[in-house]
Amino acid sequence: MALTPVITEFWDDPSLYTLDGYKSHGGYVALADALKQDPDSIIATVKDSGLRGRGGAGFPTGLKWSFVPQNDGKEHYLVVNADESEPGACKDIPIMIANPHALVEGVIITSYAIRASHAFIYIRGEVPHAIRRVALAVEQARAAGLIGNDILGSGFDLNIVVHAGAGAYICGEETALLDSLEGYRGQPRLKPPFPAVAGLYASPTVINNVETIANIPYIVGRGVDWFRQFGTEKSPGFKVFAVSGHVKRPGIYEAPLGITMRELLDYAGGMRDGRPVKFWLPGGSSVPMLTAEHLDIPLTYEDMAAAGTMLGTGTPMMFDDTVSVVKAVTRWLEFYKHESCGKCTPCREGTYWITGVLEKFEHGHGSSEEVETLVTLCNQISGRSFCALGDAAATPYPAALKYFRDEFDAAITTSADEQFNPSASYVFAEAVSR
Amino acid sequence: MTVTNNSGTEISSVEMITAVIDDVAVQVPKGTLVIRAAELIGNEIPRFCDHPLLDPVAACRACLIEVEGMPKPQPACAQVLADGMVVRTQRSSAVAQEAQQGVMEFLLVNHPLDCPVCDKGGECPLQNQAMTAGRDTSRFDGDKRNFEKPINVSAEILLDRERCVSCARCTRFADQIAGDPMIELLERGARQQVGTAADEPFDSYFSGNTVQICPVGALTAASYRFRSRPFDLVSVPTTCEHCASGCSLRTDFRRGTVTRRLAWDDPSVNEEWNCDKGRFAFAYQHHGRITTPLIRENGELRPASWPEALSVAAAGLKAAGNAVGVLAGGRLTNEDAYAYSRFARAVIGTDSIDFRARPSSDEEAELLMNAVAGTPVTVTYESLQSAKTVLLVAFEPEDESPIVFLRLRKAVRAGTSVHSIGPVLTRGLAKLSGTLVPSVPGAEAQVIANLNQGLRDALSQPGAVILVGERIASIPGGASAVLSLAQATGAGLAWVPRRAGERGALDAGALAGLLPGGRPLADEQARQQVADAWGIDVATLPAEPGYSGDRLLTAAATGDLRALIAAGVDPGDFADPSLAAQAIAQAEFVVSLEHHHSQVTEQADVVLPVAVVTEKPGSFTTWEGRSRPFGQVLRDALMMSDASVLGLLAAAMNAPISGFEIAALRREFHALGNWQGWRPDGPAHQAASAASGTTLATWRFLLDAGTLQDDEPHLAATARPAVAMLSSSTVAAMGNPQTVTITGPHGALVLPVEIAHVVDDVVVVPMNSTGCAPARDLGAGYGSPVTLTAGGQV
Repeated sequence: MALTPVITEFWDDPSLYTLDGYKSHGGYVALADALKQDPDSIIATVKDSGLRGRGGAGFPTGLKWSFVPQNDGKEHYLVVNADESEPGACKDIPIMIANPHALVEGVIITSYAIRASHAFIYIRGEVPHAIRRVALAVEQARAAGLIGNDILGSGFDLNIVVHAGAGAYICGEETALLDSLEGYRGQPRLKPPFPAVAGLYASPTVINNVETIANIPYIVGRGVDWFRQFGTEKSPGFKVFAVSGHVKRPGIYEAPLGITMRELLDYAGGMRDGRPVKFWLPGGSSVPMLTAEHLDIPLTYEDMAAAGTMLGTGTPMMFDDTVSVVKAVTRWLEFYKHESCGKCTPCREGTYWITGVLEKFEHGHGSSEEVETLVTLCNQISGRSFCALGDAAATPYPAALKYFRDEFDAAITTSADEQFNPSASYVFAEAVSR
Repeated sequence: MTVTNNSGTEISSVEMITAVIDDVAVQVPKGTLVIRAAELIGNEIPRFCDHPLLDPVAACRACLIEVEGMPKPQPACAQVLADGMVVRTQRSSAVAQEAQQGVMEFLLVNHPLDCPVCDKGGECPLQNQAMTAGRDTSRFDGDKRNFEKPINVSAEILLDRERCVSCARCTRFADQIAGDPMIELLERGARQQVGTAADEPFDSYFSGNTVQICPVGALTAASYRFRSRPFDLVSVPTTCEHCASGCSLRTDFRRGTVTRRLAWDDPSVNEEWNCDKGRFAFAYQHHGRITTPLIRENGELRPASWPEALSVAAAGLKAAGNAVGVLAGGRLTNEDAYAYSRFARAVIGTDSIDFRARPSSDEEAELLMNAVAGTPVTVTYESLQSAKTVLLVAFEPEDESPIVFLRLRKAVRAGTSVHSIGPVLTRGLAKLSGTLVPSVPGAEAQVIANLNQGLRDALSQPGAVILVGERIASIPGGASAVLSLAQATGAGLAWVPRRAGERGALDAGALAGLLPGGRPLADEQARQQVADAWGIDVATLPAEPGYSGDRLLTAAATGDLRALIAAGVDPGDFADPSLAAQAIAQAEFVVSLEHHHSQVTEQADVVLPVAVVTEKPGSFTTWEGRSRPFGQVLRDALMMSDASVLGLLAAAMNAPISGFEIAALRREFHALGNWQGWRPDGPAHQAASAASGTTLATWRFLLDAGTLQDDEPHLAATARPAVAMLSSSTVAAMGNPQTVTITGPHGALVLPVEIAHVVDDVVVVPMNSTGCAPARDLGAGYGSPVTLTAGGQV
């Protein structure tokens, strides 16, 4: 399957991040077109396109927009979740750096569609370069009259606020993000009410991922049929895949949904040194791992679900046979333990406990009972925590055990470093060996 | 289901839904949470973060249950029971049981399990629910997190962070109920902990409630920490003696010593809360007590036997004839106040009696006799909650009746609007999102007369309430204006005195011109009823009103009254402390019934020791008029109540009456009942206009130098420090000084400046705080003109 650069089409133009650069490639034409339409027809277009949220859950975007009650006399808000913090996920940040105006144009069109006069872009605080680029894009768009009062003579007013997060993974959870944006400590909110009814400042709010919003100008500008020629019935369109790990050419590959990992791997130059794929994650550390036998499954929401995992953020992480699964899972759990917000018991205490046990395994001090204990602990978290962070934390171990039980059994006596020479798995292993 | 209020009118129809919990069909009002509905069928689902008076948070996950049709277990504390819903709890669902056990096991991962040295051990929800919903052993054998222990979130409240299960009950209480969000969860993951901002302690008036609702031993009170185990305590239901809110309390004692007090559950009054004064201020009961009768000999008090002291007191009082004044201070129980009322009239033959050991006025007495004394309960806590508009006059609820404040806050959260006529938008009023109707102190009557039409209209709506505080006595025309406003608008009127015994003493007739049950002394039939109840000839009852208020003090100071009986009175409490001191010094004979030494006992000829509240049964009457009886906590106490001592004194004076036992007094008072006849006219006094220059505003803060707060230093350390509150423009006009000197007729006070929402040219100071008692220090009270100058050494 061929690559289909759309959002990434002109990334070789170093001026793309500027307003002029973006306009030279047809930017903001869709906006002018959209502002002439009825907002409801834009919602209908996005609904018909079948666009699904690119943040990980894959919820139909048009449907989400339609949940916002219209003509309710309340302020509506659009919030862009740009708090990309998932281990292994690196696609929103490149989009914001290379093509920030696609995001800004998407924000304006979306705000118009959902009748929001304020939009917020909540960007992960650790990536100042992305924040600077988006802030510049907003500033340029405002100077050009694309943001502000009576945009392009349409009568539509919009203000966009670029907000930097303060370094918490939980703030990528949409309701925690809202709390954080309101100035509170970021912890997930009790639902219902859902954000579409009572979100930011208790007003109807749409929260979308960066890539989702960056798709909007292209869908509105080029049409539903154009969009649906890519992908599958249930997963239409294209996706910015960010391939990382032990591949020859890690990077961004924009391709239709339905491309297989094997094809993507070819684009990425294959595994380094021709080593075999040991395991891989289709979309961040929060989705269950797959192995080499799953390389030919189409990368769609539905096919990944059928394979027992999720497309997630669509940012495949590839691991070759030099990597200890025990060590990888331990690192991920240490991440979740560190990032657990503390609100609910299963996630707060479960990640603390599991991490401690996994660290014992990593050092060769596990026990056969604890191999099973960890399974029950994950079951005690999964589906019982307050938000999806707990579910995510309960994901890596059971999947790893399913495919690599022997490594955990071995870790009862043998440390991960003894099982797998850690220096061999480094990206710079070649240099080390020389 | 149809709910009716007390008057029997239908207030709303509640929509009911039917659902099934554990195969039991339940019918509950729409909106009921699963956890509450399950309680109705006797099924207690484990819970930590859940509290019926706090908003659901669903954080602890201990209450997970299965709902048919939902893929994941749901928290019963946040899941609303819907019509037709089929719920399975731990009783009938393996999924729910396993989920609950999993959470319980997790909760114990980082909990220290130091139960043998933890104050909560024995009454700990974590301990109990670990037994009912937990595994028998833990599989966790790793290292637990550690914290430095304990930390002071305030001088009174200590926090052992390692015990905390992050249920957020304390932080939600502080935010939602008290309106004092001074504690908050900090950090994240297993390091999540409760904390305060740097240098901003949890000095909430209601902080002690967090100790009580903490489901583990993380929050403890300095006064109780490591003092006792709950199973060694004897618990007695009591009523708080500190204010007229009338909180139901549980008093715990061990070996004759009270160790702690808790808020008891009374939905109609204090719900499940109380204030820190009510919770922590009880040490006075055990310290510095007068233990024997004392008589003055050669200018010095010496211990005496009861017979000797009583005979000396009887002789001294007899010598004074009926020229005796009775100061029955406002902290007496209903029965004791009634005993003084009866003793004064029936034994001494004097009507010169007053319970108002504070600034008072004839106008106030007229209001009380007309509209309050011996009237049935009309305005209640429930009325506050259902009122759309509440007007406060001369009343700061957070300081003067904290449970009224909490109920108002609850009402405000549900949409009630609160307005206050006064000189300052207090912290309490701000927490009620209240509107200040500004007035210079003393000129409130004029403001009431010119009240804006919008507020008048709001007060004319059904259910509106006017609450008037004790400071109304310091406002010329105030009581008159409030009464006519209530009459004109039809709003409910309630008088909220500060002290616990004032309403009871008023009903008992401990006020010149007023007999028990609101009976006018001037009425012959009223006198006859009382004489019959007391078993005396009506002719022996005084028929002419005696002295009250400042006139009583003046009469004693000038010799019109020759003897005084004083109980629970401190001269410093009066509007003119020097007049009160003079009255006591000049009276030929002074009998003091007291439990602690005071400026009165220093001058008294006979001091008779009496019981504190824990040593006697009794009752207080709330501001609503609701009687709050309580039993004797310390059954072995040797001290007698005021009533019993008065009975002995009556016998020593050969008075031919009996029945001074508390039960008998209570029976007699209730048998007498309320007066059904005519009432004296309400007050119609002239309003005063605002004085020029600087005016003083002052009231008693909840935590101050009051003697019933003695010997509790941790509580005292949480009191608001004495400052002079001024408006920013007043401060600016003085050149923005850090301190100001306030000068009155008797002296000056230097206080730090705090800029607040105060009417210009008004200075607000506490009435009885450490280093600040304007009546004593300045000779000035509420509404007095004072001189304000910048600077001064604090």
